[in-house]
Amino acid sequence: MADKVKVGFLLLGGCAGCEMAVVDLSEKLVDVLQHIEVVFWAPTAADVKYTDLESMEDGFIDVAFIDGMVRLDEHIHMANVMRKKAKTVIAFGVCAALGGTAGMGSLHDKNDLFEKAFKNTPTTDNPDGVFPQPQCLVDGKYDLTLPAYEDKVRTLNQIIDVDYYIGGCPPHHDHVAAAVTALLTGNMPPKGSWITNGKAVCDVCERNPAGKENGQGRAMVNQILRTIEGEPDKEICLLQQGYLCFGPITQGDCGGLCLKVNIPCRGCGGPIPGNHDYGAQALSTIGSIIKNEEITHQLMEKYPNLAKFFYRYALPSGTLPRRM
Amino acid sequence: MSFTPNIVGFACQWCTYAGADLAGNLRAKYPPSVKLIKVPCSGRVKPEYVLEAFARGADGVLVGGCHFGDCHYKDGNYKTKNRTDMLSQLLEDMGFDPRRFRQEWISGAEGQKFAQVITEFTEELQELGPNPLGGQE
Amino acid sequence: MKKIEINPMTRLEGHGKIAVFLDDNGNVDEAFFQVVEFRGFEKFLQGLPIEEVPRTVSTICGVCRGVHFTAAMKASDGVYGVKPTETARKLREMFFNAHYVEDHAVILYALGFPDFVVGPGAPAGERNVIGLINAVGTEIGREVLRKRGLAVKIFELLGGKPNHPVAALPGGWSKTINEDERKQIEAWSEELVELGQLTVKIFGDVVLNNPGYMELVTGDMYKVPVNYLGSVDANDKIALYDGTQKFVDVNGKETGRFTGIEYIDYISERVLPWTYLKMPYQKKTGWKGIVEGEGTALYSVGPLARFNVASGMDTPLADIEYKKFFDTFGVRPVHNIMGYHWARAIELLNCAEKIRILAKDPSITAQDNRAPLGECTGEGVGIIEAPRGTLIHHYNTDEKGIVTDANIVVATTHNKGPINLAVRKAAKHFIKDGNVDEAILNHVEMAYRPYDLCLGCATHATKPGSSPVKIEIFNSKKEPVQTLKNY
Ligand code: SF4
Ligand code: SF4
Ligand code: SF4
Ligand code: FES
Repeated sequence: MADKVKVGFLLLGGCAGCEMAVVDLSEKLVDVLQHIEVVFWAPTAADVKYTDLESMEDGFIDVAFIDGMVRLDEHIHMANVMRKKAKTVIAFGVCAALGGTAGMGSLHDKNDLFEKAFKNTPTTDNPDGVFPQPQCLVDGKYDLTLPAYEDKVRTLNQIIDVDYYIGGCPPHHDHVAAAVTALLTGNMPPKGSWITNGKAVCDVCERNPAGKENGQGRAMVNQILRTIEGEPDKEICLLQQGYLCFGPITQGDCGGLCLKVNIPCRGCGGPIPGNHDYGAQALSTIGSIIKNEEITHQLMEKYPNLAKFFYRYALPSGTLPRRM
Repeated sequence: MSFTPNIVGFACQWCTYAGADLAGNLRAKYPPSVKLIKVPCSGRVKPEYVLEAFARGADGVLVGGCHFGDCHYKDGNYKTKNRTDMLSQLLEDMGFDPRRFRQEWISGAEGQKFAQVITEFTEELQELGPNPLGGQE
Repeated sequence: MKKIEINPMTRLEGHGKIAVFLDDNGNVDEAFFQVVEFRGFEKFLQGLPIEEVPRTVSTICGVCRGVHFTAAMKASDGVYGVKPTETARKLREMFFNAHYVEDHAVILYALGFPDFVVGPGAPAGERNVIGLINAVGTEIGREVLRKRGLAVKIFELLGGKPNHPVAALPGGWSKTINEDERKQIEAWSEELVELGQLTVKIFGDVVLNNPGYMELVTGDMYKVPVNYLGSVDANDKIALYDGTQKFVDVNGKETGRFTGIEYIDYISERVLPWTYLKMPYQKKTGWKGIVEGEGTALYSVGPLARFNVASGMDTPLADIEYKKFFDTFGVRPVHNIMGYHWARAIELLNCAEKIRILAKDPSITAQDNRAPLGECTGEGVGIIEAPRGTLIHHYNTDEKGIVTDANIVVATTHNKGPINLAVRKAAKHFIKDGNVDEAILNHVEMAYRPYDLCLGCATHATKPGSSPVKIEIFNSKKEPVQTLKNY
């Protein structure tokens, strides 16, 4: 075991759920740790890690898993440092790959986000009307700094060169296990690819009408239902029933999890190969399966913010990645 | 105010593109603001293309297709309509003026209509001013 | 003045750092706990249908993977004026307790115990979960991870995903279970109760039987007297999924109770320019600054706070341990923050017992998982006890249930003030005459770990160290004079 693979984890602007997916390997984690050596595992915090990582020699880390999106100057900085220190960088989870849910923040001005959180909630007490500042002198003598807030959310590959992508919010731990196995056996796809089983959520979904014996294939959708309306049949395709499901355009490495509990897919797995703009593709695919204009308008009424609907996990990776 | 907007037009080869040809043959007058891209069917225009055109600085985007019932692929233009309506809404959600995006049904016989649509669209865009993205993204 | 920065890469819903200022004699003048991240959920949730919110806000934190989801789901009940069916409620509670078990297990085994089992002064490279596994034995380590994994399985089975669940519906739960699934969960729950008992036992063996550690647990350096907030049921027992919110003061006297929308009369959040996290305080007391003791407006939430506000637990095994806890301290309320870890261990047992009770109930396989929605009321407040403490989600919607406004008061946020107090206190106690070394550094870190913010530390595996902490000391010209790090 002289040659353990050196691995690093770095959390940028995310929730650490992706790292929890590693912990969720549970007892398998003990086995994995016999083949890898974790040389760095840190949520980001200021320049400490900068110097910590800096002190490693370039390329010291074999594989870096970076999770979370990019919003602070510090994230940009850390991503760059990690890029230098790691031979291979994996955008781990949908935040790093496509921006994630927090990417919806880019649909609002930075100032609006601050106004809401730091001035306009019923519990906020802000007598001086201050916002958090990158630099601040408290009581005239304590000099404190905060990382600066960028005006939009970015994906990892908008900052550094990314070797591989893993979808999911977070990736299912079985997917993580498969990815780690691929890594350890050197069985990797070409650089720039997603580490995926290559199937759409529909392909792994038991409701898929195309796979049914008696199936007549897909029919046009003739009504739009929110999940609070009616009660979905537990075996029939949700999309067919009118519950808009992004299964057709989403990578199915999760195994179609949401569908198993009667809830439609919202696309956390990322786009099936060949699509570069998840939300535009979602709009296109849904648009072509809806029966007519009237039903389209029903959709627009029920989901009034289409940007937040189609780009739930992917806005920063879109062709127009932010509010204009 | 008097800038010449840059319009990207996706035109179905069976109708709108032919309509544009006819407009030329008729010597119909309309501003030289549109660059037409011939597509097999309006249903072939991915929403992504429209967004891409805006991202690269187009001041307006036009999608032209056959009238309902005339699509050579039966329902291509019905899908187009579904998408256009949603795409306009999406642009608005993103803080982008949806008036910059138009979709028109123009047949091969409607050369005058083509000229008129381009004229109107150009005037509207002149009022709206240049694309705020200016090809930045 | 010298400034020491501890950048422990703590995580809550974001990251934090600590800045310590020394005076000319090298003693601590002031310490600040700063949160350095902000994502803006309250704004960008606007425009989403309320039923899409739980699965979306879940991503506020992937460690407390079920709590924002659950609070938002309860708020959505309010938006549609609907009470979940009995079955839905049982499924929600079972799910929620499974989350507690796996979350408390992570926090304790990866974050709390290493300090005690491996020892707070041990080399940093060993003071982590791997060191812990070495200390207790690989087999126990593997077994603990496996058992915790069963809680994750229950969570996934009911919630749809192992993290960031999706099964929420206003007035319901989208997944029902069959008899086979019930039996499976019942079998797993037996193992979870074992995990709970083991956890309480490890705490007892390692900490309570060690006089040196007991000094840390009961001593003054980790004592932070503030008010407490937690939820109780009708019998004044700790209520995690649904209860009444109760405040007690530094002497343990009840000072207020609220439910739902009344929270806005009891809680205010102060904005401070040096941190992205607001600092909550008791509104009725008014802002008094970052001070402890009698009269302070600051309050704590979380396991210790819950222990302090309630008078017992609602399952038999845990209730015995609850009594033992207070017998050991001999006072009420307990202000010793190391009590957080102990309380956490007991809560783990409580939740495992609860899953077992729910799983043994055959009626949980009923299929009435959705109550018919009422008229949309346009407003809903969901309050739960998250593993880290009271969590409040408040939404306004239009008449179709589309979110127009949101206010989220996160558990860790409530603790912002007390954490700052704890850090300041520990820093003052352990850093003297400019003397800073690694063990001292870890003792300072131990001041915030009980509040359990830090996953980075939690999951740190091997060299170069557990929670990578670096202290840089600067002279008054801001030139570095000394650097210490534990990696
Ligand atoms: S992808 Fe999901 S789980 Fe991973 S960091 Fe982002 S929000 Fe968290
Ligand atoms: S659209 Fe959704 S429900 Fe239908 S087959 Fe695909 S994944 Fe399954
Ligand atoms: S079904 Fe879709 S939303 Fe659900 S986990 Fe899979 S990819 Fe993510
Ligand atoms: S062929 Fe003209 S729109 Fe389809």
